[in-house]
Amino acid sequence: MNRPKVQKYVKPKHIDDYPVGPQFTAGFLAETNAGWRTFRPIIDKNLCINCLRCYIVCPDGVIFKSENKVDVDYDYCKGCGVCAHECPVNAIKMVKEELL
Amino acid sequence: MNNTDIKRITPKNITDKEFFYGHKACAGCGGSLAVRLALKVLGERTFAVLPAGCMSAVGFIYPQMAFVNNAIISTFPGAASMASGISVGARALGLKDYKTVVFAGDGGTADIGIQALSGAIDRNEDIIYVCYDNEAYMNTGIQKSGLTPYGTKTTTTPAGKNIHGAQTFKKNLFEIMAAHEIAYAATASVGYPQDYIDKINKAKHTKGTSFIHVYATCPTGWGIPTEIAIQIAKEAVDSGLFYLAEYQNRNFKLNKNPKSFFPVKDYLLKQSRFKHLTDNDIKIIEQQRDEKWEYMRKHWN
Repeated sequence: MNRPKVQKYVKPKHIDDYPVGPQFTAGFLAETNAGWRTFRPIIDKNLCINCLRCYIVCPDGVIFKSENKVDVDYDYCKGCGVCAHECPVNAIKMVKEELL
Repeated sequence: MNNTDIKRITPKNITDKEFFYGHKACAGCGGSLAVRLALKVLGERTFAVLPAGCMSAVGFIYPQMAFVNNAIISTFPGAASMASGISVGARALGLKDYKTVVFAGDGGTADIGIQALSGAIDRNEDIIYVCYDNEAYMNTGIQKSGLTPYGTKTTTTPAGKNIHGAQTFKKNLFEIMAAHEIAYAATASVGYPQDYIDKINKAKHTKGTSFIHVYATCPTGWGIPTEIAIQIAKEAVDSGLFYLAEYQNRNFKLNKNPKSFFPVKDYLLKQSRFKHLTDNDIKIIEQQRDEKWEYMRKHWN
């Protein structure tokens, strides 16, 4: 998985610990977006034909290539359902989080 | 550079690195998809400039930095000037193999940022300007912009009994940019991601200013379910209300010239921003579309 990972943000204790000027480390992720999700996309790897349509249309980029198939990074998936709707073989199902 | 010399980027060979990740855009946001795909094509050595707008609001939430490459927020009207400065500044420092890109919304491009953009094209700065067009000022709560189409319900053009939403047509931004005799200009849609990737790739290999106008869905502002975000951007092109075209070497080229259009009514009435439209309003929209296509088919290609 070639993407930034969640890091622990240490709150500055002293004014000297703050970054100088309005700048901060690129790609620093302090929290996940998983709590936004109502429906979770579940990929049926037997049906997946690895066309990478979901990988290209995911607005959050949470779908990644793995072992000639695709997988989802559930830390950042917001559950919009674009992947399931665009999948040409209906290999992705949207399942309500409470039911899992 | 000749178009055939550029190595085509496809879903198979596109980098699996993500440069716009963990952002706080609404679910199903077309603008964030446009930024994500563009940065994947342009690569890590890219300076991104973002004026006020959704993508700067969702990308820079201290301490969460969704951009993995260098990115900076500019003033609302000065995105193109800041990008010009970064581009020549990096050259003066002797940097090689870098790109400068602007991601601005439709308001930040067609209304507020147009003066700086016009100046940048005039100086032929080596920048890429991507306008993600969600057809209103979505970040501040859906106000009408210069690119809001006829009949759209926004908070500043409400749909009442007498006036049915916005009474002006969409500004012809692509042709305004082409009129500068810009090095490369194109329109794209997130509904046709491969076409968009090809155009970004072409802009990457163009020396001088490139402008890409990408049609990007906003499920929140348009009132649609999030899952049809890509489908609706595709239908906008299929129904002829948006077109895919390119401008290069003083030539216009239509990339997609459908023989028959997807029904406009089916596209419009899926969205709550157009729910109030009467048959007469739809007729006005269709008539305007047909006039536009007649002109394009006659003069372009």
